[in-house]
Amino acid sequence: MIPGVSIYEILTVTTLLFFIGIYGFVTRKNLISILLSVELMLNAVAVNFVVINKYLYPDMLQGVYFSVFIIAVAAAETALAISIIINLYRLATSVEVKATETMKY
Amino acid sequence: MDILSLFITVPVITILFLTFTKNLQQVRIVSLVGMLIQLGMSINLLFAYFKERAVNTDMMVFTKDYVWFESFNIHYAIGVDGISVALLLLTSIVVLAGVFISWKVTDLSKEFFISLIVLATGVFGFFISIDLFTMFIFYEIAVIPMYLLIGIWGSGPKEYSAMKLTLMLMGASAVLLVGILGIYFNSNADGGPLTFNLLEIAQVNIPFEAQKLFFPLTFLGFAVLGALFPFHTWSPDGHASAPTAVSMLHAGVLMKLGGYGIFRVAMYLLPLGAIDWSWFFIILSSFGVIYGALGAIRQNDLKYINAYSSVSHLGMVLVALLMMNKTAWNGAILQSLSHGFMTALFFALIGMIYERTHTRDIHKLGGLLKVMPFISAIYIIAGLANLGLPGFSGFVAEMNIFVGAFENADLFRRVATVAVVSAIVVTAVYILRVVGIMLMGPIKNEEFNDLPASTWYERYGVYLLLIPIAGMGIAPLWLSDMILDSLTPFIARF
Amino acid sequence: MDFTYTILIPLIPLAVFLILGINALKIKENVAGIVGVGGLLASTILSFYTAFQYFFKVGKVDGVYQTFVEKTVWMNFTDTLAIDMGVLIDPISVMMLVVVSTISLMVHLYSRGYMHGDQGFTRFFAYLSLFSFSMYGLVLATNLFQIYIFWELVGVSSFLLIGYYYTKPSAVAASKKAFIVTRFADFGFLMGVLMIGYYTGTFDFMALNNPAALQDLSSPIMQYSGITFMGFSVITTALVLIFAGGAGKSAMFPLHIWLPDAMEGPTPVSALIHAATMVVAGVYLVARLFPMFYFVEDGIALQVVAYVGGFSSLFAALIALTQHDIKRILAFSTMSQIGYMMMALGISGYGGVEGLGFTASMFHLFTHAMFKALLFLGAGSVIHAVHSNVLQEMGGLRKYLPITHITFLIAALAIAGVPPFAGFFSKDEILAAAYESNRLLFWVEWTVAGLTAFYMFRLYFGIFWGKERVYKHTPHESPLSMTLPLMFLAIVSAVAGFVPFSQFVSPDLAGYTTHIHMNIAAMSVGVGVLGIAIAWIMYKKETDIADKISSAFGFLYKWTYNKFYFDEIYLFVTREIIFKRIAQPFAWFDKKIVDGTMNLIGNSTVDISKKIKGAQSGKVQDYAFAFVSGVVIMVMVFIYFMN
Repeated sequence: MIPGVSIYEILTVTTLLFFIGIYGFVTRKNLISILLSVELMLNAVAVNFVVINKYLYPDMLQGVYFSVFIIAVAAAETALAISIIINLYRLATSVEVKATETMKY
Repeated sequence: MDILSLFITVPVITILFLTFTKNLQQVRIVSLVGMLIQLGMSINLLFAYFKERAVNTDMMVFTKDYVWFESFNIHYAIGVDGISVALLLLTSIVVLAGVFISWKVTDLSKEFFISLIVLATGVFGFFISIDLFTMFIFYEIAVIPMYLLIGIWGSGPKEYSAMKLTLMLMGASAVLLVGILGIYFNSNADGGPLTFNLLEIAQVNIPFEAQKLFFPLTFLGFAVLGALFPFHTWSPDGHASAPTAVSMLHAGVLMKLGGYGIFRVAMYLLPLGAIDWSWFFIILSSFGVIYGALGAIRQNDLKYINAYSSVSHLGMVLVALLMMNKTAWNGAILQSLSHGFMTALFFALIGMIYERTHTRDIHKLGGLLKVMPFISAIYIIAGLANLGLPGFSGFVAEMNIFVGAFENADLFRRVATVAVVSAIVVTAVYILRVVGIMLMGPIKNEEFNDLPASTWYERYGVYLLLIPIAGMGIAPLWLSDMILDSLTPFIARF
Repeated sequence: MDFTYTILIPLIPLAVFLILGINALKIKENVAGIVGVGGLLASTILSFYTAFQYFFKVGKVDGVYQTFVEKTVWMNFTDTLAIDMGVLIDPISVMMLVVVSTISLMVHLYSRGYMHGDQGFTRFFAYLSLFSFSMYGLVLATNLFQIYIFWELVGVSSFLLIGYYYTKPSAVAASKKAFIVTRFADFGFLMGVLMIGYYTGTFDFMALNNPAALQDLSSPIMQYSGITFMGFSVITTALVLIFAGGAGKSAMFPLHIWLPDAMEGPTPVSALIHAATMVVAGVYLVARLFPMFYFVEDGIALQVVAYVGGFSSLFAALIALTQHDIKRILAFSTMSQIGYMMMALGISGYGGVEGLGFTASMFHLFTHAMFKALLFLGAGSVIHAVHSNVLQEMGGLRKYLPITHITFLIAALAIAGVPPFAGFFSKDEILAAAYESNRLLFWVEWTVAGLTAFYMFRLYFGIFWGKERVYKHTPHESPLSMTLPLMFLAIVSAVAGFVPFSQFVSPDLAGYTTHIHMNIAAMSVGVGVLGIAIAWIMYKKETDIADKISSAFGFLYKWTYNKFYFDEIYLFVTREIIFKRIAQPFAWFDKKIVDGTMNLIGNSTVDISKKIKGAQSGKVQDYAFAFVSGVVIMVMVFIYFMN
């Protein structure tokens, strides 16, 4: 709990963060940027978990644990994604989404 | 193993053996032996049926019932009456003849024969089932291999034809499934367990409203396979592209599933619906009779001519079924049998001619009687049988249909009857047109002078089909009485 | 007396047909000839034995001929309606047996010479046997359906024999035409049979031809006779339809167009089928149902028969005047003579001397079969000698073909009605019967008698007299196998008139005595002799009278020469109207509309899927966008409705 800051203010920030992530995910062409956007969304959710835990159920810890869990998953996921992107770069010398289109057919 | 289940076991075993065959020779021998056994069993069944009928007056004899899918009360229920016995005999003869005619298939022959026998299995299963759901499954088993058989071994625009045929038949079976489910959900008015069993449903009075709703669905579902106008267009294209044996089997046997299904399911289970809707379908089918015949006059491709002729003849089957009396029904069944043999014979002969001359355009052929006397003579005989010459099966069937149709004294059915009878003239026109242009006259192409004569397997195939045509035509009494006898439970429903 | 053995009469030719037909390519000419002739000889002996037994031994009981029926069920339609197969022995069927056997045997013998060396010799004999089988079956039929069955078989054998020279396009066309025209007539016949079956409940001749039941409107077979169809009772309509079938086979106007073309077949076939036996099947059919025709509704149907017959005979005689092809002249003459028979049946009464028309018709059928077969076989002999059918290419042949000449003359005198040859007697009876009942038809037939004499002797003088032509090979007389039948038939044609026919054949089966009607005989002989005399003047020597007359009557000549353009009318109807205006649009409709609709359904499914498939871009970002916006919209809707 941060004195003087209500839950609404924090939630507004995380919601903004989340939608910035979505916006980035939908509009970006660069795979790295898309990955960053996904991270933004994950972080917004992780913050939400912690904040809601602290403000509403101060005597419990599930939210905190879950955010740690999310961080771990996000790390693994990033590692995977980066490796895919690197492989793709080797294949197509580009990290643009368009470069992956050949896999569609 | 009971006498009926063998009819699907033997083909399945044949297919198993076929998968282990190594070369063409083995494939041929296995298929031939399998189908010979099948024919033997059909003949045996005929005699067994006569023996059983003498002591057993049930509608269906040799019945067996195994629960198959309990929660929906689906059974593997089988049984036969005179109609199905006759149709089983037809099927086994045509399939065997088909094997003979396909002797020369060397391209992926193993797969070809396997698909052919899968198709046959479906047909055999369909004719012995008395459980609607099992029937439907066998129906689908029979229809699906057509796609492969036409698409792979066909000629001409085969992908288009195969697709068209399969899609139209699948569309029809979707409609049919709705009809069957409709019957199923009305099969117990008091809220007891629902059933798919034909004989049990026949004991229940399905409400008139439901009959009125589901009869057209069931009828149409089957009638598309029976080439009802205007849903016949798959048939000319499909037949034209299909390989010989497949055309034979398809026109000879598979299309009979339509008429049989209409009779056994739609009309037997939904008699009130049938009476209510008959006017509409009589219009369609009697128009189809004339329409098919006139269509055949203007075609130049032998297979198209025969396909339109099938539309005309099977239209007669449908008209006869809707005329609602024993004589007409008897005619419908006889016509199914007779048309099965005749059209299979036609397609076999067309296949032989095509194999030798590499054309099916009648205007490019001429004077074949001089070049290939055997094939041409049989073609003339088949043509005469097709136009209803006494002494052949077509006459017997048509006369039953005409006399039966004439029993209805109202003006509407009279007009339909006259229209149907007038088809005998048009039939003569298109048959003689082909005979005159293709078989008689001067030889048009010098290369035709040294075409090979018919081979032994072709002759066997032809004799196999010709014997029942002549047999039915010369001595129809035992067959027509057997069928008439089996029609009693049906007429009791009307 | 048991007449069951008569079933062998048709079955022997059937066996011969099967033997020869199945082995058509293997059996040699000699064997085929012997088997064919032998088989028919056996049938002929049986037929004559039957005739002897029936007419002179057992047939008559108390002065009335009995009918013997042996039959078995062939197929059941309903519990009461069935097709039987069997034999029916009564005066007319026995008479027909004799006619068919005699002519058929003669033609078989003749064909051995005429067809000698032909490639399809065995096939020819197989067809002849098939025809004999069918004709016997038709004659012996016990019910309408059996007659219909054999009717069709006769038609098909005729088709096969006309198209015997199948590499010749004209023969193919002729065979097709014959089959389709008669088939069209059979459509009427079949409808008539169906109507009879439905309204009377039986096909059986014995039940149908019962005069007592026919006159009693409440009897089972007449109970529905009150139902009308276009103003006539259904039974009358049915009878007219059945007569239409008979008219088709007997080449009555307007269904006659196939007969002249049918002459494309080998000449023995024309003699057997298209002159003596098959073409009289229509007459036989009406005679078979004569009590029905006579009693139902006072014989309205019979009047139709009479007028169609009368008109046909005049019509055909006019055409025969101008034709050039000798076989076609004979064909039109056949049509004309059958018209005579039909007319005689049509004006006949029922009992005793009233039934003279019936007797005369059958008598004429009998005599006509003999002399017309003789004429055709003689024409065949001529064609054999000069290799041409055209009258203008013949002349002066009497020196080369003495036997043919004499026999042809006898036949021509017989058909012209000159006493004491056979045709005189039968024609006299017909005219006498017509004189009693219908004056109009009498004068028509009297005119026809004159015309007949004229065109027959035009033919005779044209072939055997007149100017001698230049022939490629010197014509020579035919071999004995061909002249023997000619001589036999000539003898029969000369003496057959003395048979006391009315003792044997009458509608009520009780014989009666007739005598020659002197005044009518004088009239008919007079007009016949007049015809012969005119022909003598015009054609005995090469003169230009004929040409002058034909040019004087320009358009009339043209009309008759072109057979009153009936072929053209039929061609127009079939080619232009049925093929072009009906079948063609149907084919178009099928391809474009019906099939088009099906293809449209298929194609539009493909089109729609093509349109929709753009949405599945394969880009995760698009999916995510769609997903998120979907969620957002749903949440908004949810919130909106929650409050």
